[in-house]
Amino acid sequence: MEFFLISLLNGVTYGLLLFMLSSGLTLIFSMMGVLNFAHASFYMLGAYFAYQISTYLGFGAALLVAPLVVGALGAVVERYGLRKAHRFGHVAELLFTFGLAFLVEEIVHLVWGKSSVDYKIPEYFDGTLFTLFSTSFPIYKGFMMLVSVGMLVALYLLLTRTRIGLIIQAALSKPDMVQALGHDVPKIFMLVFGGGTALAGLAGVIGGNAFITEPGMAAAVGSIVFVVVVVGGMGSLAGAFVASLLIGCIQTFSVGITFSVTDLAALFGVRLEDSSAVARLTVTQLAPVLPYLLMVAILIFRPRGLMGARES
Amino acid sequence: MTHRIRSTVAVGALLLAGSAFAQVKIAYIDPLSGPFANVGEAGLKGFREIADTINAKGGANGQKIEFVPFDNKGSPQESLINFKAVTDQGIRFITQGNGSGVAHALVDAVNKWNARNPDKTVLYLNYAAVDPTLTNDKCSFWHFRFDANSDMKMEAITNFMEKDKSIKKVFIIGQDYAHGHQVAKAAKAMLAKKRPDVQIVGEDLHPIGRTKDFAPYIAKIKAAGADTVITGNWGNDLSLLIKAAKDAGLKAKFHTYYAGGLGTPAAMGPAGEGLVLQLTEWHMNVQPNKAEAFATAFNKKYPGVEFYYLRVNTMMLMLAEAMNKAKSTDPKQVALTLEDMRFEADNGEVWMRKSDHQMIQPLYISIFSKVDGKAVKHEVEHTGHGFKTLASITARDSQLPTTCIMERP
Amino acid sequence: MIEPLFSRGRILLWLGGLAIAIVLPLVFSKGFAVSLLCQMGIMVVFALSYNMLLGQTGLLSFGHAVYYGLGAFVTMHALNMVGKGGFPITLLPLAGGAAGMAAGILLGYVTTKKAGTTFAMISLGIGEMVAACSLMFPGFFGGEGGVSGNRVTGKGLFGISYGSQTEMYYLIAGWAFVCVAAMFALTQTPLGRMANAVRDNPERAEFVGYDPQWVRYLMMVLSGFFAGIAGGLTALNYEIVTAETLNAHTSGVVLLMAFVGGIGFFYGPIIGAILITIMQIAIGGITKAWLFYFGLFFLFMVLYAPGGIASLLTVQRRLWVARLWWPLLPGYLLVLPAALVSLAGIVALVEMGYGLLEQEGTGEHAVHLVGLSIDAASGAAWAGAAALLAAGLLLVRWTWGRLEVKWNAALSALQNPGGAA
Repeated sequence: MEFFLISLLNGVTYGLLLFMLSSGLTLIFSMMGVLNFAHASFYMLGAYFAYQISTYLGFGAALLVAPLVVGALGAVVERYGLRKAHRFGHVAELLFTFGLAFLVEEIVHLVWGKSSVDYKIPEYFDGTLFTLFSTSFPIYKGFMMLVSVGMLVALYLLLTRTRIGLIIQAALSKPDMVQALGHDVPKIFMLVFGGGTALAGLAGVIGGNAFITEPGMAAAVGSIVFVVVVVGGMGSLAGAFVASLLIGCIQTFSVGITFSVTDLAALFGVRLEDSSAVARLTVTQLAPVLPYLLMVAILIFRPRGLMGARES
Repeated sequence: MTHRIRSTVAVGALLLAGSAFAQVKIAYIDPLSGPFANVGEAGLKGFREIADTINAKGGANGQKIEFVPFDNKGSPQESLINFKAVTDQGIRFITQGNGSGVAHALVDAVNKWNARNPDKTVLYLNYAAVDPTLTNDKCSFWHFRFDANSDMKMEAITNFMEKDKSIKKVFIIGQDYAHGHQVAKAAKAMLAKKRPDVQIVGEDLHPIGRTKDFAPYIAKIKAAGADTVITGNWGNDLSLLIKAAKDAGLKAKFHTYYAGGLGTPAAMGPAGEGLVLQLTEWHMNVQPNKAEAFATAFNKKYPGVEFYYLRVNTMMLMLAEAMNKAKSTDPKQVALTLEDMRFEADNGEVWMRKSDHQMIQPLYISIFSKVDGKAVKHEVEHTGHGFKTLASITARDSQLPTTCIMERP
Repeated sequence: MIEPLFSRGRILLWLGGLAIAIVLPLVFSKGFAVSLLCQMGIMVVFALSYNMLLGQTGLLSFGHAVYYGLGAFVTMHALNMVGKGGFPITLLPLAGGAAGMAAGILLGYVTTKKAGTTFAMISLGIGEMVAACSLMFPGFFGGEGGVSGNRVTGKGLFGISYGSQTEMYYLIAGWAFVCVAAMFALTQTPLGRMANAVRDNPERAEFVGYDPQWVRYLMMVLSGFFAGIAGGLTALNYEIVTAETLNAHTSGVVLLMAFVGGIGFFYGPIIGAILITIMQIAIGGITKAWLFYFGLFFLFMVLYAPGGIASLLTVQRRLWVARLWWPLLPGYLLVLPAALVSLAGIVALVEMGYGLLEQEGTGEHAVHLVGLSIDAASGAAWAGAAALLAAGLLLVRWTWGRLEVKWNAALSALQNPGGAA
């Protein structure tokens, strides 16, 4: 029971962080059709900026400023890079973000070095929020959840209660129609791209010190974020939310489950004497493959994703 | 042409030294980028520092020692590409320490190269890769190991645990590669013999360098009710593990190989007091501490890194002495002088065992405790805590038999 | 425009390529250069096999390393098995090819059901899955340490043992030549033509009576075969195969090679593979910042020359043939120095940055650049470099503005030869 509850809390915390990362990507992907390979790089930049700002002004300032800086940078990238690549079609756009991801990692090497930086959780968050049975739940994880949920609510209000939100929503499902109605779609694209990268930056600010801030952190989450977007479905923030939580929980729970094919067979009364490598695999070992398996299965059997509005 | 450009640039520092001396070049093949970059860079600083000391005293066989770094990104394949560059540049000595997978690949490559090019042999000095097979079944004349191997370390740790009757339930966690597997195997076998009453409540292997959140693993350790954790983790994999244990309030003892430096003490902070133990050949509060002055100077010179690898000093001093004695810097001559050498190192007398090229040296088990000015004089990584010796193992006691059948050229 | 298959020029070109491949290691005989040539040969095959998908069939794959890597692993296991038998090492890459092909048959069936973005995502997913699997089955993939072998254990034909790197080079060059020729021949077959049709307009291809899914599948299987051969050659060359050979990074590198070279031309990926291998190994040896330069270069190509180097070369050649090249030369000669000035500015900034990073804590700030020693800690040096960059960029803008007018005129003259000129 204790294990279950703690794992659930860990899974939800991680899932919420994933959602913060993927919500921006979903918006960008659905509206602009761009698979933004550099999205996780903005997450990394968020963490590094927050580290730099917090050494001078403290964590509070970093939490506010770093996402804005990242968002502004994202908008600039869209305006002066992506839009140019857009003329050459989707492949060029995609390759542009691919190259950008590459370059960002190198810039991080250049500015902050190749090892991890010492981006720490501020001291006032160092402690225990509550103790469940005997396991303590750190304040910082609670704070992460709070920020994630706060962002979720803000995003929801923005999309459903404001004019720009309604236009974005319309553009999610019918981009051509929105353009036909006379809205400045390129400007909306720039806004969405900037907003999406800002969210990734925010995820970096709170994820960077919870885990570790290093040049490899973008690559580590990069493909998982794609999984979330694909599984959740095109144009569906709700889908991305469900998929994030699902994948967060899969990854957390699978660590604790030492159940193998051999055990499964044993349940049915079959004893596998000559346990081959496949039969001995436990769920723990399978954990890294599960998200991708899910993604491929979804792409083949339900290309619109869990809650997608359209196929592509 | 390109060859010349590479070598001049790679030893850019050469221009600074501006010496007309012939030089002994040693290729340093370790991760300088990626998740273990901090470990690789700390090692390189240690090597350069002791090389400066040796060079200031006249060098090795009258020649200056120069380190040429190669970034292997922690990968065996990349290391072999580096090794090609090493032989292309005519470098005759290599050193590596991080990762037994890399060590196996390099031993293989060195053996092959030396067999195919007997006039351009290369010697491999291993300062930290601890897979026991490197000095047992897979031992090589061209490989020397200056760190106690994993089995020797586990032997010392389990001897220590044998006396601690409070241990009831043990959890083993490690990185999913040769070293992690060896640690788990040795821990289980040795505990079964020495403490049959102790229960192994769990065993986990996680991907090396890729796990960023150890909370699920800690939840599992907790659910298993372990009072003691054994781990061979190093670098960030250890720092993050202990940080997650601290966050979840896990009060188990951690028996580790590498908790004494490279960011781990800073990651655990005061929460590790009385809980985290390490087994090393030296630490700052060893008595008597002959490396104190060197370590203090090192720490002052490189803020952010602390002196950690005493064995690096031992290795370099022994290599220089072997070169002086052999009056040669030819790898084969040096190897022949180095094997069976006895040497007065800063942690006591050490011996390079001839039968398997495994160095035998004193070891210490120490625990993370508050600085008290007596047993714990020096803190590590500004934590207000340092390591306190709990047990010292003499060089003779640390020995284990070897199955090595060495082929000599 | 279509040349006959065995035109004289084409035969001369192939024979010339073969002659160069044979002579190269005699000219560049240093160990380092031969290693570089070996890597190039392997990458040429790999990049071309990738372009069978991207360039010829329009399938953007993010998981091509799977076929390459599996080919490498199977070849390595085959090598370790024949150590006791007598199978000639020369033919061993075929084992890799078979493995790549088998993987193509198996995985391609799933991936090629869809084209476009969906294919890209599925290939990414499959790539990540296989990469993750590589750590789950240490028996086959050797875990973190990988699988290693010794290529000299087997007997070669005519007593060639492949002990020396030069012998290895000729093995690679031979295979590369055969594969390049085979892949070129494939573009001339009905299948190759249909692949182009499927790329450009699947509906129409279907209308003509070909199933686009089947065409994609066949191309995938064949591409897997050649990628597998490239993998087999890597296994023999490095005598170790680790999980990295089939991870996302390798898939990314091959994509970059094909794209930079030019996916619209058969020979584009060859240029890309050679150029990037040189950059990787030669420039990688000179400066730590090579990846940075490479990233910049790649972004530049995407934004300003999306057709790759091959397309730039082809345009020059056509301008030359149409006698439009000479009038452009003055413009080129103006842009070139301006571009070099900007490049110098970037290089100075980046090298000083890396220099500071490298020498952190040692109290040294000297950075050595082409014989110059610069104090990277001084503000003047940074300001100077920044000024150099800014001046360079302004110059480029100005000179390019002047060239662009002529350039556009020349291009339009090319398109309707009757008009101007």
